[in-house]
Amino acid sequence: MRYLLRRLMQAAFLLIGVSVLTFLFSTLAPGNYFEEMRLNPQISPETVAALRAQYQLERPLPLRYAQWVNSVVHGDMGYSFAYKSPVAPLLWVRARNTLLLTVIATVIAWVLALPLGIWSATTLGRLPDRALSWATAALLVIPDLVLALGLLILAVRGGWFPSGGMVSVGFESLSPVQQFRDVALHIALPILALVLSALPILVRHVRAAVAEVLQAGFLRAAASHGIPRRTLLFKYALRAAANPLISLFGFSVGALLSGSLIVEVVMSWPGLGPLLLDAILARDLYVVIGGVLCSTIFLVAGNFLADVLIYWADPRIRTRAATR
Amino acid sequence: MIQRRRWKRWLLALAVFHGIIACAGFFAPYAPAEQDREHPYLAPMKVHLVDSQGHFHFRPFLYSVHAREGSFDQFEESTEQVVPLRFFVTGARYRLLGIVSSRIHFFGAQRTRIYVLGSDAYGRDQLSRILYGGQVSLLSGLMGAGLTLLMGVLIGAAAGYYGGWGDGLLMRAAELFVALPWLYLLFALRAFLPLSVSPVQSFFLIVLVIGAVGWARPARLVRGLVLSAKERDFVRAARGFGATDSYLLRRHILPETSSVILTQAAILVPQFVLAEMTLSFLGLGVPEPVPSWGSLLASLQQYSVLVSYWWMYVPALVIVPFFLGYLGLASALQHGTGAEKIKRATGEGIW
Repeated sequence: MRYLLRRLMQAAFLLIGVSVLTFLFSTLAPGNYFEEMRLNPQISPETVAALRAQYQLERPLPLRYAQWVNSVVHGDMGYSFAYKSPVAPLLWVRARNTLLLTVIATVIAWVLALPLGIWSATTLGRLPDRALSWATAALLVIPDLVLALGLLILAVRGGWFPSGGMVSVGFESLSPVQQFRDVALHIALPILALVLSALPILVRHVRAAVAEVLQAGFLRAAASHGIPRRTLLFKYALRAAANPLISLFGFSVGALLSGSLIVEVVMSWPGLGPLLLDAILARDLYVVIGGVLCSTIFLVAGNFLADVLIYWADPRIRTRAATR
Repeated sequence: MIQRRRWKRWLLALAVFHGIIACAGFFAPYAPAEQDREHPYLAPMKVHLVDSQGHFHFRPFLYSVHAREGSFDQFEESTEQVVPLRFFVTGARYRLLGIVSSRIHFFGAQRTRIYVLGSDAYGRDQLSRILYGGQVSLLSGLMGAGLTLLMGVLIGAAAGYYGGWGDGLLMRAAELFVALPWLYLLFALRAFLPLSVSPVQSFFLIVLVIGAVGWARPARLVRGLVLSAKERDFVRAARGFGATDSYLLRRHILPETSSVILTQAAILVPQFVLAEMTLSFLGLGVPEPVPSWGSLLASLQQYSVLVSYWWMYVPALVIVPFFLGYLGLASALQHGTGAEKIKRATGEGIW
């Protein structure tokens, strides 16, 4: 348990570090939301100054940071100048959509990558392995931006999928089953883009990890004891290869989050990506900080999940933690 | 020996590719910002060898296009007016590699403008814009990678060589940077820098932002190598002879890291080119009318362009062979450094 506790501490440390870092950058910023307002001749300089004072932008940085932390504790996460509302409710809706997208994409990518990687590792150097290597190499050289745009063009021209957004017009009047179908149709394309961009790296890592284990002596010994091939592969080899794969899982969460940023903007999925982009263009300070922090929380959660899984799957970690 | 030749082949292919982009002025028939309001969204013109009567011509030619009756954006070829394709024609003045002033273009046509890859909303030649756009994208990727590697080597060497609390602090910071979703980090950094500045300023801004985000991974790699290298016998011997720290680092320790740095460069450059493309695609990069591969794709965010003008997608396809070249180089370099057989195939460090 102490192992997990230590990991939790590290995660908290990371979150604090990120929030301090983004705050620091924000003070280096030459422009802000009210700077743009000052260019508007209809708004007097006094009004701008009053607004700045109201949002307490004139105060020194540590004080503002303390104030922001206080607002996080109260569940507001600062105030959006552009939306004239606390940041947290804005983020929450978008974060839910991003989470929906990335969780489903992560699950599908792993469900596909595990059998493909294992298949590749068991046929090392032969036809299936070679074909898969070529396929992953081909996918690897197509960057996610190009992939997402290409899929969108294909889908729009073929008319197979709706071209963007999360729901169709008149969503409210549909029955729950139809609503589910509508969202599923809209989410299919972004998920396809995310899965295809994550898949080649996952397959290659699974292949490498399993191939390494397959050469180990204990597997040969188990095979000579007459343990069936299937049991050997899925019970023995996969378990032994679990450690690097689970750390890879943590990384894949981060990669999918970064990927989803692009895919969301390209396919106008109402997630964190478009919100963050708009906030950057409008210089909506606290929304940017909140968006970055939100993605970090997802990432930390993904990594923590990976830590828990490793603790559960790898007895070496457990004994090492116990002897400390 | 065979491995050695393999990475040289990839390097040659990449050199040719970069050479073409570097000499964009020569290969592009027109200046990138030159507009032709008569021909917006013109589809790529076909280059013919056989004319409408079925006669074969040795010199490739095109038919000039005109707007279809009663429309302003539908164009058709008129078979009466033949435009022969000419090589080494004189055209707009440009500076080759920023030094040599010239007016010779690789190909072009007299009297009418030709668009072998179509035109955009302002009738600007897509081919020219792709070639010039590559200069911005590739240069920012290369400079960003250079900056990142410089930071990574300096920080990694200092942390690994001197150790102590500075090492601890730097490596905690590196962990923080590695853990963050890097695109979000890139955005956050970009968010707090000025939005509307001149193209040159924003170019260096982009290089700076991209370069600053990626230092952590090379720094950690270099630190590990320095840690093991400084305990090697020849380093200890040199120190025994009274070599200074900077001499040891320069002559004995940093050369040990060169192969890792080269491999990292081959991995980082395409990543950073993509980062520049992403920023420009979203309107956070180098502003119009200066083209970059990302801003060339930005018009695809409009639904009408996406549906009707497929050739606006061509800039996206250009970077695929470029990515292929760097991926091939990176994996060939990893082969060359004698990494384990299985580790080679994993594409380590792509994240």
